[in-house]
Amino acid sequence: PVLLLEPVPQNPGPQNEYDLLVIGGGSGGLACAKEAAQFGRKVAVLDYVEPSPQGTKWGLGGTCVNVGCIPKKLMHQAALLGSALKDAQHYGWNIAQPVHHTWSLMAQAVQNYVKSLNWGHRVQLQDKKVKYFNMKGSFSDPYTIRGLTKAGKEVSCCVISAILPVCSQIAGALEYGITSDDLFWLKKSPGKTLVVGASYVSLECAGFLTGIGLDTTVMMRSIPLRGFDQQMASLVTEHMESYGTKFLKRCFPTKVEKLESNRLQVTWKNTDLGTEETDSFDTVMWAVGRAPDTEALNLEAVGVKTNSETGKIVVDASEATSVPHIYAIGDITEGRPELTPTAIAAGKLLAQRLFGQSSELMDYDNVPTTVFTPLEYGCVGLSEEMAVRCYGSDNIEVYHAYYKPLEFTVAERDATQCYMKVVCLREREQRILGLHFIGPNAGEVIQGFALGIKCGATYPQLMKTIGIHPTCAEEITKLHITKRSGLDATVTGC
Amino acid sequence: SCPYSCYCLHEAAKYEKKVMVLDFVTPTPLGNSWGLGGTCVNVGCIPKKLMHQAALLGQALEDSRKFGWQFTEEVKHNWMTMTESVQNYIGSLNWGYRVALREKKVTYENAYGEFVGPHTVKATNKRGVEKLYTAERFLIATGERPRYLGIPGDKEYCISSDDLFSLPYCPGKTLVVGASYVALECAGFLAGLGLDVTVMVRSILLRGFDQDIANKIGEYMEGHGINFIREFVPIKVEQIEEGTPGRLKVIAKSTKGNQIIEGEYNTVLLAIGRDSCTRKIGLDKVGVQINEKTGKIPVNDEEQTNVPYIYAVGDILQDKLELTPVAIQAGRLLVQRLYAGATSKCDYVNVPTTVFTPLEYGACGYSEETAVEKFGEENIEVYHSHFWPLEWTVPSRDNNKCYAKIICNIQDNERVIGFHVLGPNAGEVTQGFAAAIKCGMTKEQLDSTIGIHPVCAEVCV
Repeated sequence: PVLLLEPVPQNPGPQNEYDLLVIGGGSGGLACAKEAAQFGRKVAVLDYVEPSPQGTKWGLGGTCVNVGCIPKKLMHQAALLGSALKDAQHYGWNIAQPVHHTWSLMAQAVQNYVKSLNWGHRVQLQDKKVKYFNMKGSFSDPYTIRGLTKAGKEVSCCVISAILPVCSQIAGALEYGITSDDLFWLKKSPGKTLVVGASYVSLECAGFLTGIGLDTTVMMRSIPLRGFDQQMASLVTEHMESYGTKFLKRCFPTKVEKLESNRLQVTWKNTDLGTEETDSFDTVMWAVGRAPDTEALNLEAVGVKTNSETGKIVVDASEATSVPHIYAIGDITEGRPELTPTAIAAGKLLAQRLFGQSSELMDYDNVPTTVFTPLEYGCVGLSEEMAVRCYGSDNIEVYHAYYKPLEFTVAERDATQCYMKVVCLREREQRILGLHFIGPNAGEVIQGFALGIKCGATYPQLMKTIGIHPTCAEEITKLHITKRSGLDATVTGC
Repeated sequence: SCPYSCYCLHEAAKYEKKVMVLDFVTPTPLGNSWGLGGTCVNVGCIPKKLMHQAALLGQALEDSRKFGWQFTEEVKHNWMTMTESVQNYIGSLNWGYRVALREKKVTYENAYGEFVGPHTVKATNKRGVEKLYTAERFLIATGERPRYLGIPGDKEYCISSDDLFSLPYCPGKTLVVGASYVALECAGFLAGLGLDVTVMVRSILLRGFDQDIANKIGEYMEGHGINFIREFVPIKVEQIEEGTPGRLKVIAKSTKGNQIIEGEYNTVLLAIGRDSCTRKIGLDKVGVQINEKTGKIPVNDEEQTNVPYIYAVGDILQDKLELTPVAIQAGRLLVQRLYAGATSKCDYVNVPTTVFTPLEYGACGYSEETAVEKFGEENIEVYHSHFWPLEWTVPSRDNNKCYAKIICNIQDNERVIGFHVLGPNAGEVTQGFAAAIKCGMTKEQLDSTIGIHPVCAEVCV
């Protein structure tokens, strides 16, 4: 989440102290600031974390480092290790029961690591001679940011946070519920948890909570992982169900009350049955979306246009806003993927265009991503339904396969949802439009193929690539059963 | 025969050809044998990866404590439990192959095949019963077997990878002789299961692989408790005590002088190379040329030997890679060319591979030294980086051991000609990059590809 100011020669205001002011010290902001500093520019980063409604706050680095990708993947790993412990017994390791998980040990380890990253970022900024202000503020005019230190003194720069978890509006939601902003910083186990939402945030969190042994329920109003390939989304949730996560489908909460025992009583409506139901939980976590806090930035005052529906900042292909010297990158921008690597790349390219004679624009096409649910889902390119919509089902071919990771065999693990598909154009060249993979290490599998797709990979080229044996990824190079044929797509053999 | 031939046969049977497969396993010196499926399934890739996984899980157990999992301090590994599970799975694969062949109406005989004259093969089964068969065409896919040292005590007391994966007792303190990927992968998982392991290396590690990476692999293994004895070769193996395992004395001589050393081990595993099974199958009777020195069979780019109706695939081919997927691909395409009018040939260029040592190594394309040799140092650019997998941070493990490097050809638009990654799940990481290399990717395209965060593979883009 970043707004950037660059110097304009005929600047009517006072002499600019900085060539570039970066508001938001997250993935995009830090990348842009450091890159600009490489060109010898005077850069400042303003970062401030407004405490969550529950009072949680954190250091420099933004969402990804503090309350996103990093702690998420570490807790996901903790859950995966729980499965590894079960597998290990099949592979000959004698582990005496009982085996149990202690939240506080994990949380402390994760929090310590995150803090080391906060520190690392501060050191990096220092090394690159980027000025860092832990301050909050807003635009007072198009070239000036009004900054407020914690003590309320006015200074000439300011800081704002990006997009924040949205809380439900129902009674008790804000007071008694937490969000992902709080989850990773809890000192005590969340216990029996209800996660409300169907986003990847919801499913990933519910997934690892289940994996470390907590009674976890996901409440979804409609479909899971909106925007993702829906066949894959179903496989993800099916796996989670067999993994032990409970699902309340087509339900939405109506109120949250605190009980004498300090537990939370949640009431909800089941839209399928038309009934009202209730249950009690130790923790209720809202994962119903994220929205920008652009009001605090005072963007209206300087004329930066935002999308009326989402509140996000509207930018063009060069990340410019409606005000010439103000740019925006990252989660706060309208129509862009909300991903750390795209923010970083966009930030670097922007700095190179502003200060380094480059004209290269950011390419937002074919950005790969991975959902780190208990059975991971990695993808790049178009979903099947999007491909059908763009080209027509007669013009696309989908090759698919159900497979079993070798490591699951001895471990006697269920591989029912291990699946992959490649969506191609049907015409002669058979260019690959999208690749979808569910299985262990999905991110590692997809990364290289994303590169191939960037090179315009075709289905024949995929088939010419020899597999690495034994891996899961090699099955991608062996895909040959089409959906159209109706044949059984289960891989057999060694 | 081996899995690739099974695929060939499936293909051939698809085109309604009458197909027969002769598969026979000559027992090891210690009497070990196995079922249908070849090296990969029985004594190669499959059991190797499963035992490697068992070792990785041992590490996962230790990591898990740092992630909040609590259980008894002492955790021991039971070799028999693991081996039984692995062998059961292999048994299911053997069975699966037999069923598949039956379903495709391929005739299978568990008999030793050898040529006795033009278009004629003699098949001898376990009981010595001989039968003759004729065919229009023949495919030789006999594979290889581990080489022995040719020193006193080697066949009597040492085991090879042919014995290891079904060993009915824990090998105990083990000496692995060799520096091949077989040697290092086995030493790696044995150590990971808690055994005392020593590797005796004659000269360099992983000959033929990128040596910079080979050394890093060796360093990592040493740092994790595996002993290396460099520049020595065994000259005698004696039995001190019988048993399962027993105790063996190994006497070794330096390759650089006259120094002699002795050591005591429960098991000695020889992994010094493999020899093609081409010497005793009557090739002379039909005039198939082989390389007399190596035993390998030279073929043209259509896998045809010098005798037009005799083809060969797999590990026995001269100047080709000894990999299962290569053999499968070659076999499948061969049959499509012979019976379905296809013209595609197997593409042996830029074949990716992975060494499943404790720190895994995935590679595709040129090693740094062969790139320098072929293109000249000034014409290549090497981009590299160490990295620390996120999952290793919390357990504070092995900071700065993982490594990735990409070799580009400056003269060809900085096309990526070599990809190397040393780190967890190296095979999964490398596969996609191999596909991209097949598409001719350049450094620029690599740079413009967005990473997936947070995964190890993103360090490469």
